[in-house]
Amino acid sequence: MKAVYIMWLRQLKRYWRSRGRMLGALGQPLLFFVALGFGLGPIYEKAGEGNYIQFLAPGIMAMTILFTSMFNGMEVIWDRQFGFLKETLVAPVPRFHIMLGRTLGGATVAVVQGLIVFAITLIFGFNPSWIYSLVALLFMFMIACAFTAAGISIASKLEDMQSFPIIMNFIVAPIFFLSGALFPLDNISPSLRALINFNPLTYGVDGIRGSLTLSSHINIFLDFGVIFGFMLILFLIGTYMFSKAEA
Amino acid sequence: MKSIIEIKNLTKKFKDFTAVDDISFDVKKGEIFAFLGPNGAGKTTTIRMLTTLLRPDSGKVFINGFDAAEQMHEVRKSFGIVFQDPSLDNELTAFENLEFHGILYNVLKDLRRERIEQLLKFVGLHERKNNFVKTFSGGMKRRLEIARGLIHHPKILFLDEPTLGLDPQTRSHLWQYIKKLNEEEQMTVFFTTHYIEEADKTANKIAIIDNGKIIANGTSEELKKQTKTNSLEKAFLEFTGSEIREQAGTAKDRAKLQGRMWGAR
Repeated sequence: MKAVYIMWLRQLKRYWRSRGRMLGALGQPLLFFVALGFGLGPIYEKAGEGNYIQFLAPGIMAMTILFTSMFNGMEVIWDRQFGFLKETLVAPVPRFHIMLGRTLGGATVAVVQGLIVFAITLIFGFNPSWIYSLVALLFMFMIACAFTAAGISIASKLEDMQSFPIIMNFIVAPIFFLSGALFPLDNISPSLRALINFNPLTYGVDGIRGSLTLSSHINIFLDFGVIFGFMLILFLIGTYMFSKAEA
Repeated sequence: MKSIIEIKNLTKKFKDFTAVDDISFDVKKGEIFAFLGPNGAGKTTTIRMLTTLLRPDSGKVFINGFDAAEQMHEVRKSFGIVFQDPSLDNELTAFENLEFHGILYNVLKDLRRERIEQLLKFVGLHERKNNFVKTFSGGMKRRLEIARGLIHHPKILFLDEPTLGLDPQTRSHLWQYIKKLNEEEQMTVFFTTHYIEEADKTANKIAIIDNGKIIANGTSEELKKQTKTNSLEKAFLEFTGSEIREQAGTAKDRAKLQGRMWGAR
C-alpha cells in the first residue's frame, strides 16, 4: 500500500507546485457564481424560491469538483507524453494500487479546489448550516473520486493532448448543466427531469446541497447510494482500462 | 545454465509494417547480453514486449519463467529497466524521482536512502539532488535515469541504449558498475547500444536484429568467425550492410513514424 501513498503524494506535490495554475482554474466557476448568483438572484427571489446564492453555492462547488476531477485524466496523458507513465506501468505494483493512488490523489486535489470555492462563496454571502458539513465533505469526496476515475479511464485510451479537452467538453458540460446545479428541479418538464434523474451528478449536487442548506429534492440516502455505487463502478472501469494501457 | 529470458516466435505489427518478425532466442541466467541492430531494426519494440509495455501479436515471451502476456505482475517483479527515451517526472526533484522509484519497487527505507545517496554521487548529481528535473540538461537527465534503474537490484536489468549521449568517463564507470552487479548478484543484463565496442568488451552473447529479424546470434568470436572479420564492428556491418538507415526515409519508416505519432511506439 506504500505505492498508493507515494502516487497520492506525487499528485499533491504537483498540485502544490502548480498552485498558480490551479488557482487560475477557479476563475470559471467563480464567474458562474457571481454572474448567475447576482444576475438571476433577484428574479429567483421574485419567483418565491428564496435566496439564489444559497441555492447556487453547492452547485458551483460540485461544478469545480467535476471539472478538476475529470481533468486529472490530463495528468495521465502528460505522463504518457513525458514518458513517466512507463515508469509506473513497468513497476511491480498491482494496477489496482496505481489506480487507487492516482484516484485518491486527483480526488484530494479536486476536493481542495472545491473547498477553496466554498470559502469564496462564504465571502459572497453563502450561509450554510454547519451541522452536516462533514456529510457534505463526504459527498464532495465521492463525486471527486468518481469523476477522477472517469477522467483516468478516458485518458487511458487516448494518446494525444488535443483530443482530451474536446472529449471532456462533450461529456463534462452536459453533466454539469443537466445536474440541477443551476436550477431547482420542481416544475420542470418531465423529459428534462428524466435526463436529470439519469445523471449521477444530480445526486451528488443534491447531497451537498441537502447537507449544507438542509433543503433538497431527493432523499439523502438515495443520493448517497447512487453516488457511492457510481463511484465504485467507475473505479472498477478505471482499473480495468488502466490495466490495459500501453506506453 | 537455464534460460531466464525465452522468446519464441515473437511478432509485432504496426498496421502493415512488421516491426518484429517471428524472432526466437534465449538469454541464460547471469549472462550479459547485447542486442544490436541499426536504427529502426526493432530493438526497442522487442524490449517493450519483454517488459510488458506492449502486447505482442503472436509468439511467447517468458521472463524468469513467467509468461509476459499472462503473469505480468510476476514478470514485473523480475526486472528493472533504463528506458531509451526520458521517463522522469520533471515536476519532481532528482531525489524525489529516485525515492518514488524506490518505494514503487519496495526497497526498504534504510537501504533505499543509502543506495540513493551512493548512486547520486556515482552519477555526479549529488549537489543537484534537490533541484527540479525540469532544470536539468539532457545528459543530467540521462544519468539520473540510469541511477534510478539501479536503485533496486532486479534479476534482469534491461538497458535500452543506456550510454547514448554520455561522456567516455561516465560510460566506463557505468559499465564497471554493471559488471560488478552482474558478478556479485548474478544479475542478467540485456542491453542495446550503438557503440559496438561496448558490446564487444562487455557482452558474453550478442544478437543482431535487422528489419525485425534476428540475423546473427552468438559470442563476439563466433560472429567474427562467421563473417571472417577481425572486429565486431566489421562483423556488424557485414551482417547489416553499410547503407545508412534514415529514420523516416523509406515508406516503411514513414509507416513506423506514423505509428509513433498515433501512439503505437
